Amino acid sequence: MLITETLRIALLSIRGNIFRTALTMLGIIIGVAAVITMVALGTGAQRAIDEQMAALGGDILSIQTSSWFSRGVARDRQTLTTDDAAALSIGTRHFAAVVPEINNRYQAKYGNMNLNLSTIGTTPNYPDVHGFEIANGRFFSAADEAARARVVVLGAEIPAMFETDAAAIIGRDILIRSIPFTVIGVMNAKGSYGWRNPDDDIWIPLSTAQFRVTGDEHVETISVQVAEDSTVELAMLEIERVLRREHKIQPGADNDFSVIDRKQFVESRQEATEVFTYLLAGIAGVSLVVGGIGIMNIMLVTVTERTREIGIRKALGATRGNILLQFLVESITLCLFGGILGLLLGATASSLLAKFAGWQTVVTTDSAAAAFGFSAAVGILFGIWPAKRAAQLDPIDALRHE
Amino acid sequence: MLSHDISPQSDSVEVIRLEDVRRRYTMGLTHVDALAGVDLLVQGNEYLAIMGASGSGKSTLMNVIGCLDTPTGGEYWLNGQHVSHMSDRELAGARNREIGFVFQMFNLLPRHTALANVEVPLVYAGMKKKERDERAKHALEIVGLSDRTMHRPSEMSGGQRQRVAIARALVTEPSILLADEPTGNLDSTTSRDIMVLFDDLHAAGHTLIVVTHEHYVAEHAKRVIWLSDGKVISDSMNGAGA
Ligand SMILES: Nc1ncnc2c1ncn2[C@@H]1O[C@H](COP(=O)(O)OP(=O)(O)OP(=O)(O)O)[C@@H](O)[C@H]1O
Ligand SMILES: [Mg+2]
Repeated sequence: MLITETLRIALLSIRGNIFRTALTMLGIIIGVAAVITMVALGTGAQRAIDEQMAALGGDILSIQTSSWFSRGVARDRQTLTTDDAAALSIGTRHFAAVVPEINNRYQAKYGNMNLNLSTIGTTPNYPDVHGFEIANGRFFSAADEAARARVVVLGAEIPAMFETDAAAIIGRDILIRSIPFTVIGVMNAKGSYGWRNPDDDIWIPLSTAQFRVTGDEHVETISVQVAEDSTVELAMLEIERVLRREHKIQPGADNDFSVIDRKQFVESRQEATEVFTYLLAGIAGVSLVVGGIGIMNIMLVTVTERTREIGIRKALGATRGNILLQFLVESITLCLFGGILGLLLGATASSLLAKFAGWQTVVTTDSAAAAFGFSAAVGILFGIWPAKRAAQLDPIDALRHE
Repeated sequence: MLSHDISPQSDSVEVIRLEDVRRRYTMGLTHVDALAGVDLLVQGNEYLAIMGASGSGKSTLMNVIGCLDTPTGGEYWLNGQHVSHMSDRELAGARNREIGFVFQMFNLLPRHTALANVEVPLVYAGMKKKERDERAKHALEIVGLSDRTMHRPSEMSGGQRQRVAIARALVTEPSILLADEPTGNLDSTTSRDIMVLFDDLHAAGHTLIVVTHEHYVAEHAKRVIWLSDGKVISDSMNGAGA
């Protein structure tokens, strides 16, 4: 009953100074909106990585030529070959699949349009291992591989880049390095991760790449899917054993290749994203604190302005507790209003970012509740001191205040 | 006659007892004794006027009696309760229930209507809205402002504002009504109306203490005391001669 009266007085005084109140609340609005947006961005990035994790399927190890340094510049020695890939697939027991990749950028021509595209020569099991699905047509088969067929599968964004659509381009020819290839399929969109966007890659059979395009046996990457009944550690040992034998590396000498556990890689990115999220939220939190200081400032002004009112209320029987509560409720009301508006602003900003910048953003009920609780806490934290000052006022001093 | 009744206090009930009350203001090395040892006894349903030159300590005395100011020496009993030993909560309770204070400057809350102003002490008494409304309307009726309940102070004359303040002082049915120069900011006609209202309140059984500079105001009281330099220099019944 007294609390409804207290709330009524708070609203009355907020309304009596609506412009100043709005300016003060702006600090809280911006602070809460910033926290909401930053957390939404972080959560979105996190979710994107989680999806990638899920898309990775089983454990995949990626073997690459290890870089060596000469005069401070990294150089590739190109030590991996199609023969290595063959050696890894035959007579080994810890791998479910071995997928070599020849990776080069080539000019691709369709009609009179030229594009510079990342062209991947690989084996038919590529989509399964890397979690791709075919949207239109088909992926190349073992028969295409055996025949060194001039067939190509396009990434999801390629048809649009050639100003056509997936259905229309299938069966047509594109020229890769002036060699005609028939389009047999278009992949489903996968979304970019980090610096890579698989949706603007194109794929051709490994044998075709090796014998018709590059003319040598080097491959950039060999991906190995770990067998269900095995472990990453055992698979790593087997890769080392096979490749050291193939490359005739002396005992004690360093490997001329490196093995990356992609899952581990994504996991470490996940941790980095988490840290980044906290960092962003922390910076946004600082603006919320600055907003809180604004609230404290205006509450101190309010207390000074209303010293006489405080005196009158005390003369009429208000206890210190009554006065403390009144100013605390006022500051909490300010902050909660600001919090609600900030929440709306933050949610709007997040969806605009998602729409126009293409960043994945997620506003969770958790972050909304946290923002709400946070602004209430700011109201209490920064309202308590001015409220205490009001409560401690001596009635007769307060009444004499001009 | 007034339409409300308060529990009539018999003349012999002691409402206020001050014993050697002192109030010293210290400013650096110098100090002022606003009250330099005041003894005072006030019985129920007394009508007392306090007079004296400017700076003689009248307001200080009223503030002490009204529990707004704390004496620096002496003892004070209000309705038999030892005020000097009261906690903040008990003092707030005393201001709320035992004292009705009327100020020279009215001291109404500017954003509140007359009715809301009168209700403020009832809010702190913890009364429910419906009962508050009834009591406040009744108090405004007593001071003759039934038709101004929804006006804000800025929409009322000085006399009307002072009536609202009197209604606010009456509304908790306090044991004593204190008025510090209640007519100080009013013209003489309006002042007379207020004094008639005080006479009625006294007749209805209230105990009143009024500080004033004006002899015609003091004439309404039954007893007059004079202060000088923080001391009572004369205490006499009106009409009985000084
Ligand atoms: N807050 C204060 N600080 C210092 N001295 C004060 C303070 N309040 C009052 N005094 C002094 O105490 C003395 C009594 O003041 P008080 O207000 O009680 O006088 P008063 O009789 O009410 O005068 P007036 O008729 O002008 O209202 C004065 O000398 C005044 O200067
Ligand atoms: Mg005075």
